[in-house]
Amino acid sequence: MSAPASSRAGGANEPKIALRGVCKAFDGAVVLEGLDLEIGTGESVAVIGCSGVGKSVMLKCLLGLLRPDAGSVTIDGAELSANRAAREAAMRRIGMLFQSAALFDSLPVWENVAFGLIQAQGMGRGEAREIAVETLAQVGLGPDAADLYPAALSGGMRKRVGLARAIATRPEIILFDEPTTGLDPIMADVINDLIVACVRELGATALTITHDMASARKIADRIAMIHDGAIIWQGPAAEIDSSGNEHVEQFINGRADGPIRLAVADGAHA
Amino acid sequence: MKTNPLQGIGHGVLALFGAVGRLALFALEATSHCVRPPLYPRLLLRQMVEIGFYSLPVVGLTGLFAGMVLALQSYTGFSRFSAESTIPTVVVLSITRELGPVLAGLMVAGRVGAAMAAEIGTMRVTEQIDALTTLSTNPHKYLIVPRLLGGFLMLPFLVLVADIIGVFGGYLVSIYKLGFNPEAYITNTFEFLEVMDVVSGLVKAAVFGYLIALMGCYHGFHSKGGAQGVGKATTNAVVTGAILVLVFNYVITEAFFAQ
Repeated sequence: MSAPASSRAGGANEPKIALRGVCKAFDGAVVLEGLDLEIGTGESVAVIGCSGVGKSVMLKCLLGLLRPDAGSVTIDGAELSANRAAREAAMRRIGMLFQSAALFDSLPVWENVAFGLIQAQGMGRGEAREIAVETLAQVGLGPDAADLYPAALSGGMRKRVGLARAIATRPEIILFDEPTTGLDPIMADVINDLIVACVRELGATALTITHDMASARKIADRIAMIHDGAIIWQGPAAEIDSSGNEHVEQFINGRADGPIRLAVADGAHA
Repeated sequence: MKTNPLQGIGHGVLALFGAVGRLALFALEATSHCVRPPLYPRLLLRQMVEIGFYSLPVVGLTGLFAGMVLALQSYTGFSRFSAESTIPTVVVLSITRELGPVLAGLMVAGRVGAAMAAEIGTMRVTEQIDALTTLSTNPHKYLIVPRLLGGFLMLPFLVLVADIIGVFGGYLVSIYKLGFNPEAYITNTFEFLEVMDVVSGLVKAAVFGYLIALMGCYHGFHSKGGAQGVGKATTNAVVTGAILVLVFNYVITEAFFAQ
């Protein structure tokens, strides 16, 4: 039915990010069931899967926003759930682009972008603004956008500002939650190009969760598929069309018929 | 299917204890952050303006009409016993001890508590609170502490304003409608007024401000389920805030004035 999940990392080198045997359930509904995923330094991995399958829960476990019921989540070998200090230290090395961009409505664009610099790094507002304007330019937004409020931005602009905020602190790890959802195909491709360019420039490790195959193919070096709470296949992005896995083939071809049977109602937490 | 009534009672009691426990832990964590750096003075200032300055019209109007109607009603009753001269004292004591803090508290619970729950609730359902965490910023410190301190510091100020305007309202009705002598009215107003009458009202106001902000923040912070969840959180914030104002009004009155 499905090929066993292969483990990319191994040998003596500790992976940058490692989720091992991660389990998570909500009110008895199992979402993650022994999920294993390792990501090497500088690697870009996309996790694909149907809606409600647990991709966002996996990401929240990695961010420390949810505590796994079992298993371990490590960054550079350090266990995230060990204590609050470890989690906070890890957060300072992570940038995150949310599905809805999650921009702060009460702050202008430049303060959204500079938020991590001002609050987490204690940078002065003048210097932080300069860096914010430079970072906005990196994602194709001019200085005139800096003083706008998020309510005045289009969907594509919001994503760009969200991306600028994610990379402004020059993080070692960048996480992307459905980066192209809600965008037209052209804008989605623009965002994909920006993501690739930013990740390459920073030399960052990237994890993207998406169900947009065009996005996954463009962004990722490696693609992993999550189903029934676990990774059921993973391999180089170029090999996904010859995966030999029925679930993957059904998903990437967008067929209703196949081994994946969608529930009528999606899981509330996933 | 037949259900055991004891089971239902048990579930209800456990749910109540669970809710109180969650609220207590939330209050404890948020309050502990009030005395631990870093604090955000700009955010505190913004909340002080939002709570204090922008509530002035509604609290002022409430105080004015409360004082006016109090003088009018007192006159209706006290004139039957030829005790009209006590009206200034009745007005000032009622306003400073009870009506000022309680009415200001209820109005602020409606205006500020609802706004806090709606704003924080929207931030919760649009992942802005998660975004704060990923940007190495503690949401309790950034969102909750400025609101708690803002409520705690600004409600006494609002109540002081309501006290002054309320007494002035009683004065206006007494002088221009009931025909009192202005000098005698002012003399009677301050003759029996003690510092503790005003202080007790301000202490109440500080407690009410903290509780209203706590309810707004708690319900907003734990809202879920999109627009409907935010609406529910807003309603709960106003209702629980108003009820706590009334409950703690009695508790503090008992502590200050019970013999």
